[in-house]
Amino acid sequence: MLDKNGIARTIARELKDGYYVNLGIGIPTLVANFIPQGMEVQLQSENGLLGMGPFPWEGSEDPDLINAGKQTITTLPGSSFFDSAMSFGMIRSGKVDLTVLGAMEVAQNGDIANWKIPGKMVKGMGGAMDLVASARNIVVAMQHVNKAGESKLLPRCTLPITGLACVRKVVTELGVFGFDQEGFVLLERAPGVTCDYIRDKTWGHLSSTGLEPEIQWA
Amino acid sequence: MMHRWRPEAPDGPGWIWADGASYFWDSTRNLNPNPVNKIYTDADAALADIQDGATLMLGGFGLCGIPEHCIAALVRKGVRDLTCISNNAGVDDFGIGLMLQGRQVRKMISSYVGENAEFERQLLSGELEVELIPQGTLATRCMAAGYGMPAIYTPAGVGTEVAEGKESREFGGKTYLLEMAFDADYALVKAWKADRMGNLVFKATARNFNPLMAMAGKITVAEVEELVEPGELDPNTVHVPGIYVQRIVLGTQYEKRIEQRTVRTPLS
Repeated sequence: MLDKNGIARTIARELKDGYYVNLGIGIPTLVANFIPQGMEVQLQSENGLLGMGPFPWEGSEDPDLINAGKQTITTLPGSSFFDSAMSFGMIRSGKVDLTVLGAMEVAQNGDIANWKIPGKMVKGMGGAMDLVASARNIVVAMQHVNKAGESKLLPRCTLPITGLACVRKVVTELGVFGFDQEGFVLLERAPGVTCDYIRDKTWGHLSSTGLEPEIQWA
Repeated sequence: MMHRWRPEAPDGPGWIWADGASYFWDSTRNLNPNPVNKIYTDADAALADIQDGATLMLGGFGLCGIPEHCIAALVRKGVRDLTCISNNAGVDDFGIGLMLQGRQVRKMISSYVGENAEFERQLLSGELEVELIPQGTLATRCMAAGYGMPAIYTPAGVGTEVAEGKESREFGGKTYLLEMAFDADYALVKAWKADRMGNLVFKATARNFNPLMAMAGKITVAEVEELVEPGELDPNTVHVPGIYVQRIVLGTQYEKRIEQRTVRTPLS
């Protein structure tokens, strides 16, 4: 089984030289720690920064320089600032190569729900609906089951939808999943996890040959 | 603020050489006793005519780049029944949270409002109305207003409850929602530097919604950290031209509260 860093490290294999990448809050943020040495990837923060750097050293925090999670950050050589309309302009026009976000539920047709739980205080969708409506390459990083033990990979979402048929890949602590016409496709298993176990925890339609390899990191 | 005369100015009209360029020194024009001056003495003066029931845009993302002196002036003024268009609603004791404490806000139009307990209380009790819209839609509806376009099409929210009751249209096989430009009485924004003509420059990610809202307001009030003389801002680096800005306020002693102070540890 993978821990959060394992999920992030698995997703980091999707990165390529020259990619512009938007990382959501939570596990997606950890992907930044696994950008391979020597690879040039620019991180987009939708509050108006391309080329997000690491957290600042203590004492050099700048209240005017934060990321979309409102954390103090830094710039890097080659960074640029822009306003919020341009930020979503580059997202909407498909310039961002990879978008990684968390989810509460993913449906077997690629629908995603990640902004609202009926009956609970609704905080808002932030930029999530814009991202899922437009990004070309959306990877979801999440836990496979919720706290009640119910699968988050479902035939269809039960929570209010964030976006339709947009997820390309899902990485959970149990494995890596793609999509075909019928539903989820198991691509790789997490170390020590059997296909039967994954099938049991996946309530949406899952295609598996039973021979899927374990996840390998370079 | 008074126009500062160039010490090398000749007594009468004529050509002078200054800052590597030649200028025709026209004493009539330069002695204009009423030069353009959008500077107000303070935020209270700049916001004096805001009435109950007004629709306001407030710049900022989280607590970054919010017009904190304008918010303080609105709290002092006690104006009520406001509709506030702002990406977030501040925290309990800072930003728009201060206006919520005084029950001054009737409706919030935002994309994310998660950091505010008083907000939640007023929402659940029905005192406060909230319209949650996608962040890019919020930005683009501001942009449309500033660019003089009545509406825009965006794919954000298609198939979700955001789409309910909205006109949609297909372009190239993909569905888009029709979203209207905002119509705000005032835009209150925070910039880094300005001159008395209203030209604005923003700093780092404190830019966010500020230029868009500055362009969108019927009356735009910009509070700034630094006032400079006309000519000191490089025209190449002006983010919002003064034509969009009606009132300027110099703010002092900015608190600039940090919402999530994150630092690097020597080992990471």
